[in-house]
Amino acid sequence: MSATTRAPVIEAAGLVKRYKSATAVDGIDLEIRSGEIFGLLGPNGAGKTTTILMLLGLTEPSEGRVRVAGFDPVRQPLEVKRRVGYMPDSVGFYENLTARQNLRYSARLMGIARKDADPRIEDALAKVRLQAVGDRRVGAYSHGMRQRLGLAEIWLKQAEVAILDEPTSGLDPQSTHEFLDMIRELRAEHVAVLLSSHLLEQVQSVCDRVALFSNGHVVLQGTVRSLAERVLGGHSVVIVEAIGTGIETLLGSIPGVRRVTAEESGRYRLLAERDVMPDIASRLIAHGAKLVQLSQIEPSLDAIYSHYFQEMSRAA
Amino acid sequence: MPREGSPWAGFGAVYAKELADHLTSMRMRVLEWLVVLTGLAAIYAAIQDAKSLTASDRFLFLHLFIQSRDPLPSFIALVGFLIPLVAIALGFDAINSEFNRRTMSRVLAQPLYRDALLMGKFAAGLSTLAISLIALWLLVFGLGLVLLGVPPSTEEVFRALGFLVVAIFYAGVWLSAATLFSIMFRSAATAAMCTIGLWLFLSILWPVLVPFVVQAFVPIDPMRLLLGIPDVTQIYWTQGLSRLSPNTLFMESVVALLDPTTRSLGPLFMSDLVGAVRGAALPLQQSLLLIWPQLTGLIAGTLVLFVIGYVLFQRQEIRA
Repeated sequence: MSATTRAPVIEAAGLVKRYKSATAVDGIDLEIRSGEIFGLLGPNGAGKTTTILMLLGLTEPSEGRVRVAGFDPVRQPLEVKRRVGYMPDSVGFYENLTARQNLRYSARLMGIARKDADPRIEDALAKVRLQAVGDRRVGAYSHGMRQRLGLAEIWLKQAEVAILDEPTSGLDPQSTHEFLDMIRELRAEHVAVLLSSHLLEQVQSVCDRVALFSNGHVVLQGTVRSLAERVLGGHSVVIVEAIGTGIETLLGSIPGVRRVTAEESGRYRLLAERDVMPDIASRLIAHGAKLVQLSQIEPSLDAIYSHYFQEMSRAA
Repeated sequence: MPREGSPWAGFGAVYAKELADHLTSMRMRVLEWLVVLTGLAAIYAAIQDAKSLTASDRFLFLHLFIQSRDPLPSFIALVGFLIPLVAIALGFDAINSEFNRRTMSRVLAQPLYRDALLMGKFAAGLSTLAISLIALWLLVFGLGLVLLGVPPSTEEVFRALGFLVVAIFYAGVWLSAATLFSIMFRSAATAAMCTIGLWLFLSILWPVLVPFVVQAFVPIDPMRLLLGIPDVTQIYWTQGLSRLSPNTLFMESVVALLDPTTRSLGPLFMSDLVGAVRGAALPLQQSLLLIWPQLTGLIAGTLVLFVIGYVLFQRQEIRA
């Protein structure tokens, strides 16, 4: 069963949160299915955390309708929280307790029977590779280890939905990579993963779909590829590195190539409207040039985001 | 809109964890030693005194609690001073420490209401206080048995138990106050300073200030001034105002309980003494009747402060 045919586990329609002086979230619609990773992306203060807290029932929405795993977080918060694992931004644990003791307390709060708790805790620690240090006090843990312990709590809960707020901020590249892999493992267990981040590049690789936030609105929503087509107009960027003469004019003459810019000796950046790579290869070889490199740059969320806002400010 | 599910879900887990934290914490160990040592010193001094008292005294055992001997204050005065200290130490970082450790949102994402978290923490604090007070109480009783060699009468046991109940609710007031401040202030140091400030104000400054306040705002009857008789209105006002301090309520009820000859906590009129035998003890029931308003006041104080904290906590934004 593909992700799109499953019933949504998180549904939000017209979600609004007003504080006394400001509107933090202004009419958001979301639909997230099990087995997909959905990214809430955008700068700090765009309303991501407020949206998450409303989904969990920790903040009451001013307007709008929310359903999480079939329950209303406003009226049935316990049912929702029984099924949703949450890892807040820079998650905290009781420093004087060990990782196992911390999870044991969580297990009791979750209402897991004492005899079931210990094997489940071991499983959870194994999933995030903390088993060896499980008896160390959390006070001695690094930031990355705490984040992994936060993920262990979600495994312990056997949650249907995992909500991760800025899970990779402050992690070094190696830990980020490992952490994103652990998130993929959640997806493999058919958990719906909702993660928020302001680091667009980092989470681009892991998200199936994203929603771009700006000032309490979702300005763009969809797969990264579909967003690229919409915002960048279906253009792709191709890098060509070749040795020979008259290459720039040759590249410019290929149908579908919109613009050619020479970057450094023998390196050109092309803006193409369609897949032009086979044409470029055959033309260059026929021309007698030596082709060193030919590659297409995947559209980045960063590019989409900044392009979108350039367009918006130009339109305004 | 009604919410579903029990507000008690998770209460047991929170209670057990907080109680374990309190009982094993360094803070509690230090306070226990402080309480035990001062208590012992006061009792020892009282026993030295009690030995010189006549053995025919019906309430020899209760003298242990109320006897003072220079330079040490009596046991109840010491306990009245130390209980707020311990209660504040247990409560001042109850809620704000969860925010500062960034554990609040993670814990509240588990299937429990905020009610359970707050009530679990409060109940654990009060239980810790009760356990320490009961231990201290038993220690005093044991010492009395060993050193005096006289067993307490049934009435003495009940009066001493009454003292224990009053002491626990007195501790409850200060624990509620400390918890309230821990909800109001995100910084634990600010919360501690505010609670200690309030405690010092109510227990030391307030009794000194009350006569001035009464002098300034309650006019004195010129006739009585001329005759040199104290004005009853002023006395009532002084008493009423000083009873705003839980310290006063505690001391009054404890004295009435442990010293059975106490006939009244207010002014004593001639009409009260009609038919009374001078220096005779009141029966336990009458003593209880005497302290009923004080005890109610302490319980009400605990509840009111707790409810204010509860409402504030329910309305607090959880995002760290």
